[in-house]
Amino acid sequence: MTVAQIVSWLVSAISFGTVIMYGCIGETIDQKAGGLNLGVPGVMQIGGIAALVSAFLYEYNVSSPNPFVALLLCLVSTLIASALAGLLYSFLTVTLKVNQNVTGLTLTIFGTGIANFFGGNMMKLSGGVGTIFVATTSNAFRAKLPILSNSHAPISMILFSHGWMVYLALILAFVAQYFLNHTRTGLNLRSVGENPATADAAGINVTRYKYLASIVGCMICGLGGLFYVMDYIKGTWANDSAIEALGWLAVSLVIFTSWKPKNATWGAYLFGLFYWAYVYIPADISRYLANKMNLQKITYMQNLYKMLPYILTIIVLCFVSHRKRRENQAPASLGQSYFREER
Amino acid sequence: MAEAAVSMRHISKSFGKKVIANKNVDLDIYHGEILSLLGENGSGKTTLMNMLSGVYYPDDGEILIDGKHVTIASPKDAHDLGIGMIHQHFKLIDVFTALENILIGLPKENTEKNARAQVKEICDKYGFELDPDKKVYDMNVSEKETLEIVKTLYRGAEVLILDEPTAVLTPQEIRKLFTILRNMREDGKAIVIITHKLNEVMEISDRISVLRKGENAGTVLKTETNEQQLTEMMVGEKITLNITRDFVEDKTKRLEVKHLSVTDIENKKVVDDITFDLYSGEILGIAGISGSGQKELLEAIMGLQKCDEGSSVIYNSTAHGVHELVGLSTKEIIAHGLHLAFVPEDRLGMGLVGNMGMTDNVMLKRYRKGQGPFLHRKQPEQTAQKIKDELEVLTPDLDYPVRRLSGGNVQKILVGREINNKPTVLMTAYAVRGLDINTSYAIYNLLNEQKKKGVAVIYVGEDLDVLLALSDRIMVLCSGKMNGMLDGRTATKEEVGYLMTHLKEEA
Repeated sequence: MTVAQIVSWLVSAISFGTVIMYGCIGETIDQKAGGLNLGVPGVMQIGGIAALVSAFLYEYNVSSPNPFVALLLCLVSTLIASALAGLLYSFLTVTLKVNQNVTGLTLTIFGTGIANFFGGNMMKLSGGVGTIFVATTSNAFRAKLPILSNSHAPISMILFSHGWMVYLALILAFVAQYFLNHTRTGLNLRSVGENPATADAAGINVTRYKYLASIVGCMICGLGGLFYVMDYIKGTWANDSAIEALGWLAVSLVIFTSWKPKNATWGAYLFGLFYWAYVYIPADISRYLANKMNLQKITYMQNLYKMLPYILTIIVLCFVSHRKRRENQAPASLGQSYFREER
Repeated sequence: MAEAAVSMRHISKSFGKKVIANKNVDLDIYHGEILSLLGENGSGKTTLMNMLSGVYYPDDGEILIDGKHVTIASPKDAHDLGIGMIHQHFKLIDVFTALENILIGLPKENTEKNARAQVKEICDKYGFELDPDKKVYDMNVSEKETLEIVKTLYRGAEVLILDEPTAVLTPQEIRKLFTILRNMREDGKAIVIITHKLNEVMEISDRISVLRKGENAGTVLKTETNEQQLTEMMVGEKITLNITRDFVEDKTKRLEVKHLSVTDIENKKVVDDITFDLYSGEILGIAGISGSGQKELLEAIMGLQKCDEGSSVIYNSTAHGVHELVGLSTKEIIAHGLHLAFVPEDRLGMGLVGNMGMTDNVMLKRYRKGQGPFLHRKQPEQTAQKIKDELEVLTPDLDYPVRRLSGGNVQKILVGREINNKPTVLMTAYAVRGLDINTSYAIYNLLNEQKKKGVAVIYVGEDLDVLLALSDRIMVLCSGKMNGMLDGRTATKEEVGYLMTHLKEEA
């Protein structure tokens, strides 16, 4: 395994990790207020397609699109679209008290449908499968840090060869960590997720907190979708719902990080390393393992590698449920609706 | 008399169409006095106070604070009006520290530093002991209660409502609490205690308001009443307060528990080397502060807890022969005729399925006896009907979800089902917790009947008076150890109370 390969593996892992880091931060905020939103994959798709549609319309209708305008358009439309998804989720689960699991799963199906509907129509406009490409916008999102990214030393490649949203995700993770644990609003939000009746009796507007947590959480998830479309797949679209798998990994990353956004800063990249392992694990090792297991082809081995992030999640789930520290457990009222006059 | 701090006028509240919790209730609360709100379970005490604390909104009637009409639409409104309620199930967040619990929901002006100083001030003033940095999950019930009161005072409450504050405290802790309540009274606070313990009412209150079936059955001054009169006001008719205790001659050893130990996941010995025998035709009372290992002991016998090496429970039944129970599954143990009517704090948690009706709940323990893949509901239905008739269970019909019934009725169903299975050993834990006097006596009578039939009964209880009146023998647990075995006929309350709180030195 050459240095170049290792660098490439790490760069891919960071890129992949950034998508799920956004999802994880958003979902953590929502879960800390008691909302178990399984609609993350759907929200990511909604966020992603909103960005793509606005970039597409802008680039195909303006002769010389301005990268900065394109970037702003994408951000605004992603945030609005995913906020609407969050609003829908909280209206259903908080106001109408619909089961959170069902609502979340349905939101995922809904988001996939919406994304593929717009994706398919855009393909017709642009002239067929694989023809969508919003170069200007994607380049604006993939703009690298000046000076720092000029060097081709391995360490500089790993750290500085990314678009700016990679660094935004890291900043967001630490901001979310600080917000949840060191601000009064964060304390109130956590109390809503732990015990809404207590929060209510303490004078906290439970409904408002749940709505806001869910909406802000979805907006951050949506940024994950935006990053996926504009940076990870470089401003293209395939209508294959590939983002969904990343959405689920984001949800499991929340558990992996034991509801602490700061842990997502390395956990997300670790998931990325595992996810891309099948490309980068040297053929010799794969051949050796395949022989050991009596597999006929080494490609079978690669399929096994692809399972790694999921296996890791399962192991972590088992581990987490046996950990004794109460602080590392899920919020106590996660997934439950709150009704004040319930007896 | 001075103007009332709180006046409730013609308050009514119902839940759905069937349950009328309060009907046309008038109540006055004054500064500088302790008012006891007395009543049986389900008489609407808590509901009435929840309308003051903003949890419920009254259907009808008005509330006046210091003579002014007010609307209390949310707990926040109540707290802005200086009303604080300490709920029976504490409203605290386990993973937060005491200080964090005090601060949630307050404006940012209340900085942590100021709050810390003010909390200390409150503690010094009234005599509380509170560690502001202790996590709630590390606290015992007494500390949690303290935290709740301090939290309420910190928020500027002038009217304090305490719902069953003594239910889970030891006699010593109760004395401490009462001292604090008196201090607060001297300070001019208006205090309401919701309770159904008469002796405490007589000890602490200035005035007593009695609720019966959701209506105010009268308000009396403590100096002008006595326990007998209060009981009459509560239940509406005179009832005998005596529990019978017959002596059953013919005794066979049913359980021989030897060196039973249970270690919990935190590696703490929750049941520590307990050895005792249990005979047919007796009621063995188990006394102890809550959390002293009562629950784990019963669960261990029942196969619900893993016992440590060296534990042994020999079971001897006429019908099923002699068996070692340690290592058997709960299913096998039930088949041997051991029954557990285990009623922890959450009655519907382990005993019954809340969303099912009586018939289905009766069927739960016997569906294995059926043949074929289909359910035969006929027989369980008859059993359910029998339980309903004999124990006077109030339910609209046999398929009505038991979750919606009152605690007393739920308990009757649970105990009825266990008795109906003709157990050799019947174990009950907190069988009368939260039940009114009439239902409690119904349960005592049931247990006595079983005893006379030759069943070996274990009764884990909290009310020492009842334990002393009901049990043939009393085992006292302290920190998971057996701290004494007393004769129920000669033991005194002081003796039991002492053993509950003072672990004997190892001999």
